Amino acid sequence: MTRKIDTDHSRFRDIVRGKIKQDLKKYVSTGEMIGRQGKRLVSIPLPQIELPRFRFGKNQGGGVGQGEGQTGQPVPGQDGDGEAGESEGKHSLEVDVTLEELARIIGEELELPNIEPRGKRAIRTRSGQFTGISRSGPQSLRHFKRTFKEALKRQIASGTYDPDDPIVIPLKEDHRYRFLSTREEPQASAVVIYMMDVSGSMGREQKEIVRIEAFWIDTWLRSQYENLEVVYVVHDAAAHVVDQHTFFHLRESGGTKISSAYELCLRVIAEKYPSAEWNIYPFHFSDGDNWSSRDTERCVELLRASILPQVNQFAYGQVKSAYGSGQFKRDLDQAFRGDEKVVTSDIQDRDGILPSIKTFLGKGR
Amino acid sequence: MGELTPELARYRDEIREVAAGYGLDFYEVFFELVDHDELNMIAAYGGFPTRYPHWRFGMEYEQLSKSYRYGLSKIYELVINNDPCYAYLMRSNSLTDQKLVMAHVYGHCDFFKNNLWFAHTPRKMMDIAANHGARIRRYMDRWGVERVEAFVDRVLSLDNLIDIHSPYIKRGTGPRERAQEPVVDVPRIQAKDYMERYINPPDVLARKRKDIEDRQRQRRGVPDRPARDVLRFLLEHAPLEPWQQDILAMLRDEAYYFAPQGMTKIMNEGWAVYWHSTIMTRHVLDASEVVNYADAHSGTLATRPGQINPYKIGVELFRDIEDRWNRGKFGLEWDRCEDPDEKRRWNRATDEGRAKIFQVRRVHNDISFIDEFVHEEFANAQKLFVWGYNQSTNQYEIVSRDWQKVKRSLLDALTNFGNPIIQVVDANHQNRGELYLVHDWAGADLQLDYAQQTLRYLFDLWQRPVHIETREGGKARLLSFDGQEATNREITASRAPKDIAAPPAGKR
Repeated sequence: MTRKIDTDHSRFRDIVRGKIKQDLKKYVSTGEMIGRQGKRLVSIPLPQIELPRFRFGKNQGGGVGQGEGQTGQPVPGQDGDGEAGESEGKHSLEVDVTLEELARIIGEELELPNIEPRGKRAIRTRSGQFTGISRSGPQSLRHFKRTFKEALKRQIASGTYDPDDPIVIPLKEDHRYRFLSTREEPQASAVVIYMMDVSGSMGREQKEIVRIEAFWIDTWLRSQYENLEVVYVVHDAAAHVVDQHTFFHLRESGGTKISSAYELCLRVIAEKYPSAEWNIYPFHFSDGDNWSSRDTERCVELLRASILPQVNQFAYGQVKSAYGSGQFKRDLDQAFRGDEKVVTSDIQDRDGILPSIKTFLGKGR
Repeated sequence: MGELTPELARYRDEIREVAAGYGLDFYEVFFELVDHDELNMIAAYGGFPTRYPHWRFGMEYEQLSKSYRYGLSKIYELVINNDPCYAYLMRSNSLTDQKLVMAHVYGHCDFFKNNLWFAHTPRKMMDIAANHGARIRRYMDRWGVERVEAFVDRVLSLDNLIDIHSPYIKRGTGPRERAQEPVVDVPRIQAKDYMERYINPPDVLARKRKDIEDRQRQRRGVPDRPARDVLRFLLEHAPLEPWQQDILAMLRDEAYYFAPQGMTKIMNEGWAVYWHSTIMTRHVLDASEVVNYADAHSGTLATRPGQINPYKIGVELFRDIEDRWNRGKFGLEWDRCEDPDEKRRWNRATDEGRAKIFQVRRVHNDISFIDEFVHEEFANAQKLFVWGYNQSTNQYEIVSRDWQKVKRSLLDALTNFGNPIIQVVDANHQNRGELYLVHDWAGADLQLDYAQQTLRYLFDLWQRPVHIETREGGKARLLSFDGQEATNREITASRAPKDIAAPPAGKR
C-alpha cells in the first residue's frame, strides 16, 4: 500500500528535480555542488523552494535571550561570520540528491543518449540468491514446500496417498534443500583517463573549469557503468600519474609537450586497462599550446595509430586562457576531420561547461 | 499505529485520575502508539494524517526523517486540539518518557479546552481536515493536480494575512461617521437674485447634487475600511472560480484553527510543563525513574543564550505567579513597597496561587501573559536580556538587561504572532482595479525578495496589478507587480490609514 505521505514526498522530490533542472546552468557554472559531495549524496541548497511570505527580514533589531553575560558582550553560540546561533536556524533549505538522480537530471536536460558499451567484457559473478534446489544440504535450508511436494508425488505414485486422510510424510529421499546459485552477469567496466596541461599558462580559473567539468563527466559515466575507474595524468614537458587532489591543485611552470601525456596514457592502458575488457575514455584538457608543431605531429600519430583503436572516444577540451594560442584544437580538428571518435570542444568560460559536456557525451559512445 | 499496551493504559488511567483531581478539565484523550516513521508522518501533516495532499508535507516529512536519522531531533509528543483529543506516543520511548508525555498531554488538553483564545476553534477538526482533504483531492481529479496545487501554494503563501482577533471582535461595517462625509457643493452660475430661479432652477440643482453624491459614493471604494483579513477580502472580491473560492475558504479556516496555537505557545507549553512536573514528581514517578525523568525534564527546559525557550519561560512564569498569589505579592500595598528586604520576606499567606494560575490559563494569551506578569525581579532572576546586531563588530551582542526593554522586545516579537501586520486599503487603486496593501511598519523591515515573490502570487489571485506599501530604512517604499514587471520605488504620499499609523490613545 502506498502511504499518503509517500505521494506527497515524491511530489516534493519531483519539484526539487524540476528546480535543479531549471537552474542547472547556475549550479554547473558556480561549481556549487562539488564541494558538497558526500559519498553518494550531494546536498544542494534550494532557497527558492520555500513558499514566499510577507515576513520580517533578517538582522532585524534582535531578540530576547536568556543566560549569563555582561551588556556589550557577544551572545554566546554564534558562529564566526556573526550569525546568531539559533534565531536564524533556518537559512536555506538543503536537499539531498543522490548522484544517480543528478546524473539522470543532467542526462535529461542535455538529452544525453545512453551509452552502448562496447562488446561484452569482464564477466562478473554475483554470488546471488538462494534460488537453486538440491537433494542435500543443511537442515536450516530445507525447503518445506518442495519437500512435501516430492513426498506427495512419491506417495501418489506408489499409491499410498489417501485423499480422505491426507497425511503426507516425507522420507529422507524426499528432502529438498535450497542452495546458493551464482549467476553470471556481464559487467561493463570503464576507465576515464583525465590528462591535463599544468604548465604555467593554465591558471586557477582554468583548472576550476576542468574540475567542474570532470565532476559532471564522472557523474554521468558512473550512472552508465557499474564499475568506473579514474586515472589522473598531469603533464608539462613530462607526464605523471597523480592522485585526484594533486591533479586539481598542482601548478607547474615550464613548457608543454602533449605527446608525453599521450604516451603515458598508452602505457597506462597497456598495463592496467586492456581494451578488450575496458571501455576507455581519455579526456585531455589544455589551453591549446604545444611545444612545437613536430610534437603535435607526434600526438596525431599516437592518436591515430595507437590510442584511437583502443578507446571508445577521445575527447579534447580546450580551456581558454590568457596565454594559450588555441592552436592544438585547430590541428586536431584538421587531422581528424570526419572521425567520430575524436571530439573536441572549446570552453570559453564557466558558461561553456554545459555545452562542452553535451559535445563530449552527446554521441553515446 | 496501535493501542496502548496494558501497562501504559494503566498508567494513563492513573495519570488521568490525578490530573482530574487537580481540577484539570479536558476532553477525552485518545493515545496512539506509533513508531518514529509514523510519528514523523503525522507531524508533517501538522497532526492530521487525513489532511489534503501537498508537496510541503512531503518536504516536512523528509526533513523530520532526516534529522531523526542523524539524531538531531526527535519528536517527543504530538497532541491535537480536537474533541476527543488525539495524542501520539513514540513506541520506542522509555516508560518514564511515556508517563511524562502523557502527563504533559493532559496539561495541553486542559489548555485547549479552557483557554479563551481557543474558544472559537472547531473541536471536530479531525473530521474537518479529512473533509478538506477529500474536497481538494476531488478538485485535483477534476482540474489537474498541478493546477490545484499551484493555487494552494498561492493561498498558503498568504495565509498569515488573517485577522487573529476577528473571532472576538465585531468589526464595524456600518457607514462612516457623518463628520467625515464631505460637504457636497453644487456649482451654480452666478446670477442676480431675481434671475436665480431661471438660471439655476432648483430641479436641475437637485439632479446635479445627486450626480455628485453618486460619484462620491462610488469613489468611496472597496474596502469600506482597511481590511486586516486579507484572505477573506480575496475570498469576497477576487475573481476566483468556485473551486478556487472553496479551497481559499478551507485553507483560511485551517489558518484560523492553527492561529491560537501560535498566540499561546509560551503559555500552553508552560502550562503543560507545570502539570507534568507536578503530576510526575508528586504522584506517578517511581523512585527508580528519577534520574531518567530529571534528564528528560531538564532537556525540555534547557535554554540557549540567543533564544527564548517557551517551555522554560512559560513554566517559570506560572510558578512565579503561583508563588506571588500564594504570598500575597500583589495589589497596591505590594506595588508601593520599596524596601527590597521587606519584599523578599513578604508573606500575607493569601494562598490563592493555584486558583490564580487556573484563571490566568483561562483568559490570557502570550502577549497579555508577558505584559501582565513579567516584572523586574522575574526578568533578573531568569537572566533575560535583549540582544542585537552590532555593525562595528559584526556580531550579535547583549544590548541590555533592563527589564522594561526585555519585556518590550518580547512583546514586539509576539505581536501578531511574529508576522507583519498588513491590510488591504484599496481594491481600486488609481481607479484601475489595482490592489493596494499597506504594511503597518513598526520598526522591522519586510524581507523584500520574499515580499516581491509573494506579490507575484497575490497577482495570480487578484489578476490585476498589486502593490504593497512598506518602509525600508525608515523610507516609505512601494513594491508593485503588474503581471510583467516587479518594481520597488520610493514614495512620498503614504496611503496608510491614519488609525494604523498612530493608534489614538484609549482605543485599544
